[in-house]
Amino acid sequence: MDMKKEEHLDLYHQMVLIRLLEEQAAVLYQQGKIGGFLHLYIGQEAVSTGLISARKPQDRVITAYRDHGVAINCGLSANEVMAELLGKATGCSKGKGGSMHMADVKKNFWGGHAIVGAHLPLASGLALGDLYQGTDGVTICMFGDGATNIGYFHEAVNLSKVWKLPVLWVCENNEYGMGTTVERASAVSEIRQKAEGYGIPNGRVDGMNVMEVRQASLDALAHIRGGNGPYFMEVNTYRFRGHSMGDPERYRTQDEVHCWQESDPIGIYHNYLTGEKIASKEELDALDVQVEQEIQAAVQFAENSPEPAPEALFQDIYYEGERE
Amino acid sequence: MARITMREAISQALWEEMERDPKVFILGEEVGVWGGTYAVTKGFYDHFGAERVRDTPIAEAAIIGGAIGAALTGLRPVAELMTINFAFSAMDHIVNEAAKLHYMFGGQFVLPMVIRTVGGGGRQLGATHSQTPDAVFAHFPGLKVVAPGTPEDAKGMLKSAIRSNDPVMFIEHATLYQVRGEVPDGDYTVPLGVSKVQRPGRDVTIVTYSKMLEISTKAAEILAKDGIEAEIVDLRSLRPLDMGPVLESFKKTNRAVIVEEGWRSFGVGSEIAARIYEEAFDYVDAPVRRVAQKEVPLPYNRTLEQMALPQVEDVVQAVKEVL
Repeated sequence: MDMKKEEHLDLYHQMVLIRLLEEQAAVLYQQGKIGGFLHLYIGQEAVSTGLISARKPQDRVITAYRDHGVAINCGLSANEVMAELLGKATGCSKGKGGSMHMADVKKNFWGGHAIVGAHLPLASGLALGDLYQGTDGVTICMFGDGATNIGYFHEAVNLSKVWKLPVLWVCENNEYGMGTTVERASAVSEIRQKAEGYGIPNGRVDGMNVMEVRQASLDALAHIRGGNGPYFMEVNTYRFRGHSMGDPERYRTQDEVHCWQESDPIGIYHNYLTGEKIASKEELDALDVQVEQEIQAAVQFAENSPEPAPEALFQDIYYEGERE
Repeated sequence: MARITMREAISQALWEEMERDPKVFILGEEVGVWGGTYAVTKGFYDHFGAERVRDTPIAEAAIIGGAIGAALTGLRPVAELMTINFAFSAMDHIVNEAAKLHYMFGGQFVLPMVIRTVGGGGRQLGATHSQTPDAVFAHFPGLKVVAPGTPEDAKGMLKSAIRSNDPVMFIEHATLYQVRGEVPDGDYTVPLGVSKVQRPGRDVTIVTYSKMLEISTKAAEILAKDGIEAEIVDLRSLRPLDMGPVLESFKKTNRAVIVEEGWRSFGVGSEIAARIYEEAFDYVDAPVRRVAQKEVPLPYNRTLEQMALPQVEDVVQAVKEVL
């Protein structure tokens, strides 16, 4: 893979930033500073990091509710992500979205959608917009294995094939939809088989290896940009934490979790970078320390940020500003 | 001024807006090759082509979700749901996505889109194809819900809806397509969220919209023969709801009848009556009456169906009760 050292260090930095930001978020959640639901991406960092590193600026990204990592990979700052988690006016959604609803249109990150599967038809529409306007942007749509059992998935994926839409469907198969295994919920355990049923080219990739995800994504995006219609990528991964905070995790054993933690995506990448002599252990250690400082700064920024003003309650209900 | 049908008015609005702005396009079931199941888009496919008049699979979530996505890229989709009864298959995308995205992401997402759909009973289509659930959609902040009752308003309001940067539910009525009315020449718009007095009067205020405007107008003509002059306020939009003309009329007549085709419980009439009591209580001379659909799923049998739907005589009777 033809990557400069700085690019590698940037990806490593992103992965560690996601990990530490979320570990800090879990602490703040326990302290009651973050409300609502909090779904952590820990364990799956290689998926969105590898995937989004392969996109061009004109490529749109849309994902489900486990979106903090995707936001970071799309270029949102730790500050605005943390501020959103704390519900502050400086958050990426001005404190109105919360953990599950982060976005930054300027960075082509289209959210953060919390109804399982519902953003897949939106992805088809985003891709239709690019097709209609003759741009060469691709819409990258991420979703979990659980989303492939709901009707929206089938409507959206079917439409993408019928209209030859430039969409990269990315199923993050982390083995569980909440606490239900893929085998208990899905007619086929290889999710990519569903794409097969719609005649969409597809593949599977190891989601714990950021370089493999990146290469598969580069290939898939080139295929789509060649005017060949959608592509479907199943990425096999695992979340190390519960579905959300407060998940009793009765559906899996600690042994299973530990077994997967042997394949920590950050560890794998770390070993790759040192093994290939791209970076030294000391350099990576220094990056880890730098990220810790960034996280502390982000927490400080978020805590010092103002609450949304009371008048924000009635702002942005409509574009045209009616207030009822 | 030209005298045209409701169907022609809606069709003209679509055609003119598509000629005016290349970002406007249509998607929906049978909108293209077929020409629209209510023939509103007849001839569009041949003129504008398959890219701008897009036949979709029978997949309402994909139609509305797709329209939302396309709108986010700056296009102005007009998504057609063949009937409002099928909107329930897209309810998540109407309610959880279209109505929420602008607010939930702090104003970043802009959705210049229209959902054109058709409601109403009276055509013996049975319970699943005859509903008037307009009030359901009007419940959600973030959506605009409009239901014009005249060709003039239909054309002008559809143009406003297409030019609006907010998601608009544009609800037509299946039995109004043949109704004729005067329409101004040339390009004109009618604002969304503005009620209008369609018939001036002094004795009683009838508040209504869509198909029931026709029913209420017939009732007013009968009442006029008895010397009773009813003022008819046409809501035209359910959200944003413009109570101004309603209250102004009520403060003059002190009596109101609200006529809607949907069910009475938790309906448009419930909302209007509550607002009258809240905002004009000192002017109330008689209890506000509601004329609405009987609380049953609409039956197929013609006699039973008509028994369930509001009739001209029901409006006349209700007016006499408040006088």
